[in-house]
Amino acid sequence: MSKLMEWVDARLPITEMIKSQATEYPTPKNLNYWWNFGSLALFMLIVMIATGLFLAMHYKPDAKHAFDIVEHIMRDVNYGWLLRYLHANGATFFFIIIYVHILRGMYYGSYRAPREILWWIGVIIFFMMMGTGFLGYVLPWGQMSYWGAAVITNLITAVPVVGDELVVWVWGGFSVGDATLNRFYVLHFLLPLVIFALVIVHMWALHAVHSNNPTGIDIVDEEKDTLPFHPYFTIKDLYGMGVLLIIYCWFVFYAPNAFLEPDNYIPANPMQTPPHIVPEWYFLPFYAILRSIDFLGSFSKLAGVIAMVGAICVLFVLPFLDRSPVRSFRYRPLSKSLFWIFVANCIMLGWIGYNPADATAFDGALPLIILGRTGTAIYFGYFAMLFVVTAFNIEKPLPLPKSL
Amino acid sequence: MVIETEENRRDFLILATSAVGVAGTAGAAWPFIRSWSPSADVLAQATTEVNIGALAEGQMITIPWQGKPVFVLHRTPEQIEQAKDGDFEKLPDFAKDETRVQKKQYLVLLALCTHLGCVPQPIGTGDFGGFLCPCHGSHYDTSGRIRKGPAPANLAVPYYAFKDDQTLVIGKPV
Repeated sequence: MSKLMEWVDARLPITEMIKSQATEYPTPKNLNYWWNFGSLALFMLIVMIATGLFLAMHYKPDAKHAFDIVEHIMRDVNYGWLLRYLHANGATFFFIIIYVHILRGMYYGSYRAPREILWWIGVIIFFMMMGTGFLGYVLPWGQMSYWGAAVITNLITAVPVVGDELVVWVWGGFSVGDATLNRFYVLHFLLPLVIFALVIVHMWALHAVHSNNPTGIDIVDEEKDTLPFHPYFTIKDLYGMGVLLIIYCWFVFYAPNAFLEPDNYIPANPMQTPPHIVPEWYFLPFYAILRSIDFLGSFSKLAGVIAMVGAICVLFVLPFLDRSPVRSFRYRPLSKSLFWIFVANCIMLGWIGYNPADATAFDGALPLIILGRTGTAIYFGYFAMLFVVTAFNIEKPLPLPKSL
Repeated sequence: MVIETEENRRDFLILATSAVGVAGTAGAAWPFIRSWSPSADVLAQATTEVNIGALAEGQMITIPWQGKPVFVLHRTPEQIEQAKDGDFEKLPDFAKDETRVQKKQYLVLLALCTHLGCVPQPIGTGDFGGFLCPCHGSHYDTSGRIRKGPAPANLAVPYYAFKDDQTLVIGKPV
């Protein structure tokens, strides 16, 4: 066996690669459980690709058959129900994990130098995940699939001058139809493979600059500050994976439709919009931002789209907005307060996105649209405030520890 | 030793090769991009004929045209009056009612909200006696004009013609 490995290693240094990048890879010894979510995300990506591949072996992207074929998968295909529920709920858990992963990066300053490129690749992966999630939701061809696709593709018409022609090109017709479903299926198949490639680049960038840690300070002494990845972090990641699987499987087996909309079990009908269209929960805060811009007359639609896309794009400039000498918010009292306001605000925006546009709170005293505009202002305000309190030295960071 | 004319020659060759490469790639990409545009059979479904003889006063039907819903409403005198009232209001997308109908009792509308393309609910559901879009709360009046909500423009009036008193043809033959 060792002879064989020697032969291989002389030609492709696998042993060396595994040693330096996995088993003996130096990892900060103080990583907490928030650092589990990267490996959990990779695990979910693999689950999604595996279940997706096997679902693809039964699915037909045809507007006449797509709805029925999903029911065929549910009723007739052996374990088809399991594959579909794993895939549908997998999207939910993938997004929960990614949101925690992003927020962890924001809290501990993992986007700061020298990790900007690592962070940007992550933002691009997040963008692609949202695209993939949206495309996948169209495939069952229920009412929510159809009208979700109609509303989102109609955002393209907000593009000045060429918008109307562009949306016809995307549809391959004059409305969302068979041609649209076909190309969405192909793209839904393609994008996860692109994501997988980007995840490899993400890990390459990570291993070049190494992991951040809860204190946000650099590793001084590799001997004292780090532990080999195996067995210390393989066991920690496996523990987290166990917790994830318990919760994920509970939903798959006991509440598989908790995150799905009942309206999507009605076949797509281009002649009738359901009374209340809601996107999947993971899009809700961004949907609320889109809807909150309604006070600019004929410019509202474009402005809403810009605000929604901007809500993600602002993450690209985050490394330059934060001017603090300290990375981790653990030692930054003002930034920490702003961060938790930001998190609470995202949840509020999600709740607003879930409600109908003309809904009110407190027995009609407060139209949700007012709250939505406020929430949008707070969302972008976080990034502005973070710049203000750090660039003008308003925040006085607490003393940092000497080492991890 | 660097010969200056040689340098220029090399710069030119690199530039020319790059230009041909870019133009060639763009040209080769064109059929792929074009393949996404509506195919011939989709374009062929340009017109839809509707029998409006049986449409009673106040009745509205939804007709599929090019995969999109079209509302055909036989307006009552009150609805026509309501539409005329709007002619004097300050509207986001001003248009007189008479410019939006060929025969004033028949209102023909592309039933896709100009905000994000949802189908508005039937006549009488919105303020001003008109149509309410359930998605984001746009209100259109009995002439299909935007009166309230996020939509930027009036409901579009598709190209249509009355073949005879009984038959309405929606769309233009291509």
